[in-house]
Amino acid sequence: MRVIPFIIFAFITVSLIVILNSRILLSAPLGRLLSPQHGVWQNAEPVNENFTADLSFPQLAGKVNVYLDERLVPHIFTEQENDAYFVQGYLHAKFRLWQMELQTLSAAGRASEVIGDVALNHDREFRRLGMVYAAESSLKEMENDPDTKSECDNYTAGVNAYIESLTESSLPLEYKLIGYKPEKWSNLKSALFLKYMSFDLAGHDDDFEMTNAKNYFSKEDFAKLFPVIQDSVDPIIPKGTVYQKPKVQVTKPPTSDSLYFNQEPISITERKPDKDNGSNNWAVSGKKTQSGSPILCNDPHLGLNLPSLWYEMQISTPTSNAYGVSFPGSPGIIIGFNDSCAFGFTNGGRDVRDYYEIKFKDDSRKEYWFNNKWKKTEFRFETIKIKGKPDFIDTVAYTVFGPVMYDKNFSGNRTVNNKNYAVRWKAHDPSNELKIFYLLDHAKNYADYSAAVINLHTPGQNCVFACKNGDIAIKTQGEFPAKWTGQGDFVMPGIDSSYMWQAMIPMDETPFQYNPERNFVSSANQRPADSTYPYYLGRNYPPYRGIYINRRLNAMNNITADDMKNLQTDNYDVFAEMAMPVFLKNMKQNELNAEQKKYFDLLRTWDFRNNINSKGATVFYFAWKNFDSVVWHDEYAKAPKVIMKPYESTLLEGVLKDSTFKFLDDITTPQKETLADDVTSSFKKAVVELSMLDAQGKLEWVKFKDTKVTHLTKLDALSRMHLPIGGGTHCINAAKHDHGPSWRMIVSLTPETEAWGVYPGGQSGNPGSKYYDNFIDTWVAGKYYTIWVMKQSEEKDAKVKWKMTFSKS
Amino acid sequence: MLLSFAACLYFPWWSIAIVAFIVAALIPQGAGKSFFTGFLALFLLWGGLSFWISNNNDHILAHKVSLLILKIDSPYLLMLATALIGGVVAGFAAMTGSFLRKKKVTSPSY
Repeated sequence: MRVIPFIIFAFITVSLIVILNSRILLSAPLGRLLSPQHGVWQNAEPVNENFTADLSFPQLAGKVNVYLDERLVPHIFTEQENDAYFVQGYLHAKFRLWQMELQTLSAAGRASEVIGDVALNHDREFRRLGMVYAAESSLKEMENDPDTKSECDNYTAGVNAYIESLTESSLPLEYKLIGYKPEKWSNLKSALFLKYMSFDLAGHDDDFEMTNAKNYFSKEDFAKLFPVIQDSVDPIIPKGTVYQKPKVQVTKPPTSDSLYFNQEPISITERKPDKDNGSNNWAVSGKKTQSGSPILCNDPHLGLNLPSLWYEMQISTPTSNAYGVSFPGSPGIIIGFNDSCAFGFTNGGRDVRDYYEIKFKDDSRKEYWFNNKWKKTEFRFETIKIKGKPDFIDTVAYTVFGPVMYDKNFSGNRTVNNKNYAVRWKAHDPSNELKIFYLLDHAKNYADYSAAVINLHTPGQNCVFACKNGDIAIKTQGEFPAKWTGQGDFVMPGIDSSYMWQAMIPMDETPFQYNPERNFVSSANQRPADSTYPYYLGRNYPPYRGIYINRRLNAMNNITADDMKNLQTDNYDVFAEMAMPVFLKNMKQNELNAEQKKYFDLLRTWDFRNNINSKGATVFYFAWKNFDSVVWHDEYAKAPKVIMKPYESTLLEGVLKDSTFKFLDDITTPQKETLADDVTSSFKKAVVELSMLDAQGKLEWVKFKDTKVTHLTKLDALSRMHLPIGGGTHCINAAKHDHGPSWRMIVSLTPETEAWGVYPGGQSGNPGSKYYDNFIDTWVAGKYYTIWVMKQSEEKDAKVKWKMTFSKS
Repeated sequence: MLLSFAACLYFPWWSIAIVAFIVAALIPQGAGKSFFTGFLALFLLWGGLSFWISNNNDHILAHKVSLLILKIDSPYLLMLATALIGGVVAGFAAMTGSFLRKKKVTSPSY
């Protein structure tokens, strides 16, 4: 043996292996990653993959057959109800494990465990918002219900059965790339997933921004800038509906009107859910359809991600036969239909997250002033594990209001954090949201629907319903605090109980419609009811999609499924239609040069459709954007950084109602600007931006908007970029840059149900699978898949491509 | 080559180094030749395997991962990188193995 060369080359070999197996020198462990038998190559699923399998598990009570069709949609047939949830959990994990775990880790404030201390602020914010606390109290409620408990237990067992079968080579791609392994699933994780949805849909508030605005503007200006109700609104429950005398009376504290003026601005910046999270849904009665049966439509607008939030499936048990989309991470069908009825949701958007200023006795935060005495706080210790670093322990003080989110330990990006704010969030209250989906999946009629939806407390949703017996209904469901006008729009004093939520609105006082005379029900996140509804509803509701949907549904008759497909993918911008006269009537055309005239012609001749090739849509976007900024920039020039801006409806309604709208004048100039001045000067600014865009070849709406569906890691290589789809914020087809219709569904409740659906993704979460993003092109084209509600007897149908059997071992 | 394939069915990826090491220690060969045979064996094995897998996958994954790791959309470059890594590790391991034996077998280069 030649010792020296042996030692040298042994050292080189071992070093090489160590380097290729770790991230010491390379950004990725290339040896481990590229080993054809272990690494990413193993995730390259053969395009002719055979998904047929015979599996057996001791947890099962009977036999389960799963038929996978050509789109990889599973049709589950079980003899035992509970087995369905085991298999659902197994399939969710098989096709979507990584996203399920990532979303629950994020919800639990545990992202730092995976990606290191870059996520520490996110984790702390979620812990301090009480996400885990909320999930724990929900879980208690869920496990108190025997049906929900066994549903969850079986689902969890199914997920874990799949996780246990994983080897290094069969790990999902993202685990290999990032370098970690999945942990066991639990019922708490399902609860955390649902709280994640609560955050997304009911976690929005503008309390700090509004407080600063109220503080900054005069009382008169504030009232003009932030009206409680929009003139143009066409509420979900139509105007003129008569509401009974409220059962709950709330008292407004006498100091509430004077409280907020002349204070120091609060510079807290919160992590907020996407403000565009919204949706459309509607149902038309058989009187308006060609078939004579009701049609129900729903398209929830959420962040466009891969793997998709949704996973399509059919679950057929002895007691129900439900088809629709499910949440990987939670049992049941969430939006869909069964043999009797169909159901869908849009976000209610009520403000159920409020802040209270807390006065601690001293820095120890052990006591706070409440109702004229010092009251003890309770501490919750949040241990945050950080990859490659020691644990971080966050001590969160809990008060009667809820957790103190912002205090000396957590500034929320303030430079001086001398004040403490506790958050009262409705999602902290115990509730069992899974129950609504369980009951809807089994619902047979309107009574079952009504009994199901009252279980939905948070996030509040507009629940649409249609049934084969001809019934249609919508309920603006949720357990909402009964608020006095303005309550919770601003930070409230937390020194006593006078500003606390006094009661919840009784469930039988939630606005709803059942078989209305107009023969349709609809919602698009607009205000649930007009000002005669006896409880305060808050001010933040987008009115425009709802106006257009109702206009169209009112006019439509003899409706077919194709009409509904056209409506759901409609690119008409009703906001633009309403705003256009402002530009056309007030533009000082004689002041425009040739180039500006060219763009004005594009605007003038635009058909209000956000179609892919439309240049007018882009011109309008910039014209409005610049008009908005020209009007408001002077009022806001000296404003605090964290401050509320008026909604676009405020400006539009302001100038339509009053062409001498006070804020049109630029207060920084000696002369008095008019509407025509602002329209013209802002359009000239818009043209500067537009001609730059044109030079880059991006004047067409599709190129400017540049829709994408991004992988949850935001890595472009795993995303679908530059998708040629029209639509926009105010269109029914609300496809924006990275946000939009996340599932489009149309259900015709004919004796034999007919349904169509599509979501921008694919059934497999594996980027190496051809089923990863194969629905996207269909979605982009505004086309649908015909949904196949399989019957057990159709086992031999050509649409069945693979069969998985699950049996008791 | 077959041994490496079999080893990787049950052991971590770096078992290719152990296999190359043992094989080179048992078969009398010069250091350079050992490196070359080790390199060639695994270059062909990993290159061949990755091509076979990727081809069955219509290169869906390779397009994405090459863009991610190599910053170039080139499935074949990813296969080449795979083959080179396997080859170099096995080559060095085989060379190390060849030094385990008592003396040089052939050595114009030494």
